[in-house]
Amino acid sequence: MWRYFLPAALFLALGLVLGYTLTRIDRGKLDVREIQSPLLGKTAPAFRLPSLADPSQTVDSHSLAGRAYVFNVWGTWCGGCREEHAALVAIARQSGVPIVGLDWKDDRALALEWLQQLGNPYLTVASDPEGRVAIDWGVYGAPETFLVSASGRVLAKHIGPLSEQVWQQKFVPQLGAAAAGAGAGS
Amino acid sequence: MIPELGHFALVLALLLALAQAFFGLVGAHRGRQAWMGIAAPAAAGVFVFVALAFGCLTYAFVTHDFSVQYVASTSNSALPLMYRIAAVWGAHEGSVLLWILILAAWALAVAALSGSLPVAFRARVLGVLGLIGVSFMSFILATSSPFARLVPAAADGADLNPLLQDPAMAAHPPMLYMGYVGTSVAFAFAVAALLSGRLDAGWARWTRPWTNAAWVCLTLGITLGSWWAYYVLGWGGWWFWDSVENASFMPWLVTTALIHSLAVTEKRGLYKSWTLLLAIFAFSLSLLGTFLVRSGVLVSVHAFASDPSRGMFILALLLFFIVGSLTLYAVRAPTLKSEAGFAIVSRESFLLANNALLVAAAGLILLGTLWPLFMDAFNLGKISVGPPYFNSVFLVPTLPLVALLGIGMHASWKRAQLAGVRSRLLLLAGAALVLALVLAYAGYRAGSLMTIVGFTAGLFVMGSALLEPVARLRAHQSLSRAVLGMAIAHFGVGLFVVGVTGVQSYRIEKDVGLAPGESVGVAGYDFRFLGTQPAVGPNWQGVEARIAITRAGAPVRELSTQKRVYRVQQNPTTQAGIAVGWNRDLFVALGEDLGAGKWSVRIQYKPLIRFIWLGAILMALGGGLAALDRRYRARRAATEPAAVPAGASERI
Repeated sequence: MWRYFLPAALFLALGLVLGYTLTRIDRGKLDVREIQSPLLGKTAPAFRLPSLADPSQTVDSHSLAGRAYVFNVWGTWCGGCREEHAALVAIARQSGVPIVGLDWKDDRALALEWLQQLGNPYLTVASDPEGRVAIDWGVYGAPETFLVSASGRVLAKHIGPLSEQVWQQKFVPQLGAAAAGAGAGS
Repeated sequence: MIPELGHFALVLALLLALAQAFFGLVGAHRGRQAWMGIAAPAAAGVFVFVALAFGCLTYAFVTHDFSVQYVASTSNSALPLMYRIAAVWGAHEGSVLLWILILAAWALAVAALSGSLPVAFRARVLGVLGLIGVSFMSFILATSSPFARLVPAAADGADLNPLLQDPAMAAHPPMLYMGYVGTSVAFAFAVAALLSGRLDAGWARWTRPWTNAAWVCLTLGITLGSWWAYYVLGWGGWWFWDSVENASFMPWLVTTALIHSLAVTEKRGLYKSWTLLLAIFAFSLSLLGTFLVRSGVLVSVHAFASDPSRGMFILALLLFFIVGSLTLYAVRAPTLKSEAGFAIVSRESFLLANNALLVAAAGLILLGTLWPLFMDAFNLGKISVGPPYFNSVFLVPTLPLVALLGIGMHASWKRAQLAGVRSRLLLLAGAALVLALVLAYAGYRAGSLMTIVGFTAGLFVMGSALLEPVARLRAHQSLSRAVLGMAIAHFGVGLFVVGVTGVQSYRIEKDVGLAPGESVGVAGYDFRFLGTQPAVGPNWQGVEARIAITRAGAPVRELSTQKRVYRVQQNPTTQAGIAVGWNRDLFVALGEDLGAGKWSVRIQYKPLIRFIWLGAILMALGGGLAALDRRYRARRAATEPAAVPAGASERI
């Protein structure tokens, strides 16, 4: 009749994990607000999706191999994306790093209209109407932005609207490593 | 002086709760009548003194006593009276006090309405409730007293979070807590049954109306929260899978399962240990929700000031109650035997499926909510699990749940003869499919497979729920509250499904930049931006924009939407403008100033969104009606064996 003890054991285990998490927060070893991606330092998830500009073409992550790029998740329904758009356009123009867009759960016509009106900072945009690739990338909400190195590793991630300041702090320091294909050994 | 009085009242309440717990539990264990007799008056005393403490805190808010730390941090001299009262539970300390007040109220209600229960059983139930009270009162007194003084007193307060200055938000926490805390009554009944080692049909019959009442409050509380998020946060969504939303939704799912398994335990004497387990789980998940919200282990839009030492205290309470009761369960449950059997096609089987699917849904949400914590604890890196996960996995158990619901309602106990209703159900399913297709293609000119499935399932359940009441009325048979309540609640489920399908399939959300005089077309409506003007309230100032909506040239509504900046906290909030219609909402929210008179405006078209809340309200109404059924008032003796149902006449 040991199976009757299973619920108690499960909750006890859960309690231990919660207690451990609490002590780590207490000692300052854990900041839950700083959600990092488990992808950091790991290979970026592969994807193969129709292109937003021309659905008969595909955007394939393998064709991006060998160069560093920024991966930006957006949608026309997302207020933060509109907020960051001007910064993206400026970054694309100044830094020269190609930006690959993931148009997430969006309407194609609206997205094209948006790019036409607000300017297009993207090298190419992959269309992900069902959000499957977004799940692979652990996207919590748009906008989210990743930096992928030439060797295909995720080096940085930002949740929320990108700004010039965020770009300078989180992404610029990694650009050299990204171009050199760093993170290959990790 | 008044705050000290409140603190003192709370200490007295703690002592009385200790008496309630000790004399209730130990008295029942030793069989001492005099001791057991103390539990009920003690529960009444606890309520009186907790209410006094709550009144003292409210008084401090109403009179702007900024020498009280909690008042100074959550109120302000410019805050209107209604929100000064709502501010009492606007942050951690006061909301724990509200939690305790509601617990005391439930215990008082149990004490007052349980006169017909066996003496020892009643004493145990009150004892367990007293023990919960003791733990939460020690928690508030030890770590988070709302009566602590601020020396020197503040000149003015830091104000209530502007997002909470809203009528729905004033009502949402009390209602939600009524539900959360209400699960403690079913828990107390379960623990009392485990302690006494006896569980019969009478037990389930006593527990059912209390569980229903808690479930109704939980349903309404979650609905209020959803409605508030829709129009206050300015996002226009109705559910976000935020960790705090999940914390309230998991107990709801488990309590829903409990309501149904209690029906089987009462009518057939089956699933006894499973029902006990669900009663423990429902309360455990309520406690877990309290912990997750207040300990700061998860990220959420609900910003409670978090403090790890408080988290540790709640965690200790949580483990005491959950692991303690589950261990008791493990020792006692194997002795509970169910003799009755049932055929594969029977109401028992359908309700078993209902339970399995509801618990699976709760489990998937629990997994998604806690997954980031596990990843982190085992050093697997940090991760966040978002709406894409929840939206896709939640459908897996809920689609079959809704489909089975439409059929299961008509199955009778033991062995169902579905042949009698089969033709009617098939006809109904066909009609639902046709109606769904008409709705999708004639109403909205489009529809994916999931849209058709959703509409069909919702309409089928709505029709199926009405079959029995209509048949009974036509045969001039009486309609008990239980039967009527079940029909209304299930009709509400169908309506809810139709609403969710409509919103998810056909909503249109557009963010546009508009200058005065410019207009944009969304879903056949024309939204013309008329311009902005300054707006001022009692404790905020801001900008108000007016937007005129026309359809094919005919005026529909003129909406105003505001962007407010509250004077003290200086963070902006958005008041959306909503044109409500039975079949759609038109939603406008003012965004950022883009310069040169141009503003960004969020415009949304939300078809059928009212059905979501209306469906939830009907569920609550049905649950409430069923709890008021006559047979719960005409209570029978505890020793009576499991009632065997008389076929289809009394099936709830």
